[in-house]
Order: sequence, then structure tokens, then C-alpha cells
Amino acid sequence: MRFNFLLFLLGLAGLVMMFAPLPVQSSPPVEREFRIEASQYAYSPGEISVNPGDTVKIHLVSTDVVHGLYVDEYGVSITADPGQTATLTFVADKPGSFRLRCNVTCGAMHPFMIGKLYVGPNLWFYRSAGLAALVILSIVFWKRSNQPTITAN
Amino acid sequence: MELTRSPRVKALLKSRYPQLVLFVLMLAGFVFAILAGFIGTPVGSHNFSIVFVWIAWWAILILVAVPFFGRGWCAVCPIPVAGDWLQRGAVLNPAPKTPKWLGLRVPAKFRNMWMQNISFTLVALFSSVILTTPVVTSVVLAAMLFLAIGLSMVFERRAFCRYLCPVGGFIGLYAQTAPIELRIKDKNVCAKCVGKPCYNGSDLGSGCPWDVFPGGLTKNTYCGLCLECLRTCPHDNIAINARPFSADLARPSAKLDEAFKAFIMLGAALIYAYVLMGSSGAAKLAAYNVFTPAWFVYAAIFLTVIFILLPGLYWLVISITPRGRGVGVREFAIASTPLIPLGLMFWVAFSLSFVLTNATYILAALSDPLGLGWNLFGTAALAWQPLLSAFIAPAQSLALVGGLAWAARTAQKTAPQAGISSAPVISYCLAVTLLMIWLLL
Repeated sequence: MRFNFLLFLLGLAGLVMMFAPLPVQSSPPVEREFRIEASQYAYSPGEISVNPGDTVKIHLVSTDVVHGLYVDEYGVSITADPGQTATLTFVADKPGSFRLRCNVTCGAMHPFMIGKLYVGPNLWFYRSAGLAALVILSIVFWKRSNQPTITAN
Repeated sequence: MELTRSPRVKALLKSRYPQLVLFVLMLAGFVFAILAGFIGTPVGSHNFSIVFVWIAWWAILILVAVPFFGRGWCAVCPIPVAGDWLQRGAVLNPAPKTPKWLGLRVPAKFRNMWMQNISFTLVALFSSVILTTPVVTSVVLAAMLFLAIGLSMVFERRAFCRYLCPVGGFIGLYAQTAPIELRIKDKNVCAKCVGKPCYNGSDLGSGCPWDVFPGGLTKNTYCGLCLECLRTCPHDNIAINARPFSADLARPSAKLDEAFKAFIMLGAALIYAYVLMGSSGAAKLAAYNVFTPAWFVYAAIFLTVIFILLPGLYWLVISITPRGRGVGVREFAIASTPLIPLGLMFWVAFSLSFVLTNATYILAALSDPLGLGWNLFGTAALAWQPLLSAFIAPAQSLALVGGLAWAARTAQKTAPQAGISSAPVISYCLAVTLLMIWLLL
């Protein structure tokens, strides 16, 4: 009975870990501007961070061939010719970690030209790490609960 | 559950024709992929060889075939087919009693997974070029085809598949987790069987091309599911069974070559997650520009991680506990078993991102496989668009955490067989899983 109840609690904790909304951040939305240089096969800076609700303005500068920048899940993109600057503006209204990808074939390693946009904390990382720890706790606990006990007569 | 109990299923599997049709189709696709790499566009994302081998085939292999059918891919793989036909001197007829070619036995010191470990590592070191450059992919595919043919002329059975194929090694390792197996029904029947036609061949079929005696089969690792034994067994003693996942892992292997295969696969997944899915341009350039000083540094790091760091840390972690003191090679190999489900799920998580992001190239390449401006099905101009982006992170999270749970359960079953506590094994699995989560999410 006690074992089932604890397993139930662990399961519940897992669900909370995966789906509970995080506290809303208190800082008011602002406009964040970034100058990102694109060259084969990287963005510089490779990772940018904003707060949820911020308006993100990215100035993409290509230093060699034509490059693009596509933001996963936001579905917005931009293309910059060599030596030119192109600007992309969007509101970062989805929290989490998103990959920035070049969407213009720019060379052999083009499919792997990747950057990262963090909107608030990296939710899936924290959720997954928490769930991983919880899973291990559950399995260890489950094993201990199922070990045969020796009783003296 | 015996799937071959159904007469229809059994008849389908025993007939050579369905397999032959698949072989011919696969071989045609394989040869076309080689040609496409040589004569098609050098732009990888628009060339059939890259798109169909490294996106379509890879997706099917790692997300479906290996987890659910184990060595199912090996049953229809086109690479050894031409060599098989030449070795037998026939397409459908079984191998003759006296070999048509040299028919040598592979030397005993090579009858293990080390050659496959080396061949996979070599491919992995050059993978950034192979994955992205059509002509290099074609050279690799053609080399595999001709190596398979050459080895069929020199050695008996499928020496290439069994001992050299860079893909076959990890498929065999991970096939142990698959919910399907080929096994005998009754050991006594095999013990009394005269002539052992399943291994030695008969008029009904060739002796096991994978050099396995089905009567002693306890794991999926080296059974290529070619179904020859199903055809040759005169006692109807071979069955294809559905079973729980990872049934083979309950009796872990004590072989160091297989343990190292698990470390190589785990390490390669971690390194690819950092290099290919990360934001470091320097790492990508180092991996791509082969034979430059930066590449040698990358290669040195790669080799150190897979052959020294991961296994060394593992040995350290399991041997610092009181029960792990004096752990030997055999115990180390047994204790490495949980890394099999863990590594498989690392590759599933890694591949989800890579495959779904680039899947739209498949439709474009179908219409214009050589990148020559064709538009066979009207999809050549389809714009690149990642598929199911919102689904990737949760799916990767589930795969990695699920893999960790699977590995932890496996550790609880196998660590006692190695005479050690499962706690350090689980801790190690947790640490590398957190690292992979950090790299991918």
C-alpha cells in the first residue's frame, strides 16, 4: 500500500515535472537587438538569449556566401547576401530552446549550420533532467521494494 | 509468441521469391545511389545518394528497423547480394558442396567484432565528409559492395557482413534489444539431427551464411535473419518469435569486443550531438576538413573519448565501489550491457532531430535525384522546411529518459552477474544521459 502510494507520488511528480508551467518572468518585455555574423558553417554569436515576450531584432550579416537564418518552431526566416545585412524581427512569445538553421544551401556542411535561441530558461533541458533523476529514483525504489526479505521464525 | 506458427507467414518466409524481389529492388536503389553520387550534383542535400542513404535509409534503420526488427535490415541488405550470388554461382540455388571459389575460413583471430569496431570508427572519423559529399558517399558504398564481393570470393559464407561491415556491428549489438528473434523450438531435435543442414547446407538451402549454428543460438547479435535455416531445417524446428524488448540482455555477453562496440556507439552519439547539432562552427570545420591539423585534433579527441575516456571512466566508476574492486575484463564486459539500450536511445534521439529537420529533401530528391533540373513528380522545387519541430524536443526527451530507465533496469539485472553493484552503473548512465540531454535540447 505504502509502496503503491509512493509510486503514485513519483508518477505525479513526473507529470508535474513535464507539464507544469514555470513561473511567469517578472521583467517587462523589451526589444533585444543582435548582430549575427554568418559564415560557413556557423553563426557568431552561436547562441543568443532573450526573455519571453521580448521583441527580437536580428541583423544577419553574411561574411562569405549567401546564408539564411530560420528559427525552429517560430517558422520565421531571413536571407543575407555576402557583405549585406538583413534584418529579422519577431516577438519571442514561445519559451524554450530553439535552433537557428541556415535555410539557404551554403556548402557541404550546410545541413549542420546551427545556432541556438534561448527564450527564458531551457525548459526541455530542465524538465528532462528532472524527469531523468525522478526515473532513477523510482527504479531504485521499486527494486528495493521488490527485494525478497528474510524473516526469522 | 511464434510468428511462424501461421502457415501463411511461414510460407511467405520460406519462399525465396519475396526476399529476392526485395534484394533486387534494394540492389537497384543501392547501385543508383552510387551512380548518383558520381554523376549527380555535388550539392549533398539535392543528391539521391546523400538524401536517400543518410536521411531516408538512416531514419528507417535507426528509428524502425533496428529497434523493432533487430537485424531485419540485414535480411534485405543489398551489399552482400552480388557476392552471395557469385559465391554460390546461382541466384536462387543453394551453395554447392564444394566451394566455387577459395572458400577459406576466416582466421580465428578475426572472428570477433574488433574489425567492425575499427571499420565503424574509420567511417565515423570521416563521417562529416561522407554524410555531406555525394561522391565520397558513393566511394564508401562502392567500397563496401566490392569488399563484400571480394571477401565472398576468398572466404566462405558472408565474411563481410559478419566480421567487417561497419553498420552490421552496431545493428547486431542493438538487435539484442529487438522484440523479435529466430530460435530453435527444441534443442533435442537439433542434438539428434544428422548432418546439421542448417549449418552445412542441403539441397533445400545454403548452410548458415552468418556462420551460426542455429541450435546454439541464444542471442540476436550474429543471426542475420536470412531465413536459410528456416528453409533447410528438415525437422521444422526453426521459429521466428515475437518476444519482450531486450530479452537477450538478461544473459549478458562477456566479450570485450562487444563491450567496446557499446562504448564506441555511445561516444559517437555524444560527439555527433556536439559537432553536428551544436553551434560550434570550429568543431564542424575541424570534422569536415579531413587531414588538416584541426581534423587531427578532432580525430584524437574522438578516439580518446570512445576508446579511453568513456570506457576508462566506466571502469573507474564500477571499480571504486567495494564490490567492484578487482573487476576483470569479463566482469567489465558484462557490466557494460546497460549501455546497449542507452546507446540505442541516444541514436534514436540524435536521429530524430537530424531526420525530421531534413526530411523534406527526400521529396525534392525523388523528383530530381541527380540535381539536374528534373521534376519527375512535381516536388523538385519543394522548399526546405523542418517537419514537426515542436515534436522533436519532447520526443528526444522521452527517448533519452526512456533509454535511461531501460538502461537502469538492465543494470539491475546484469550488474549482479558481473559481481558488482548496479548503483555506479546507473550513476554513469545518468551522467551521460544528462550530458546528451544538454547537448541535444
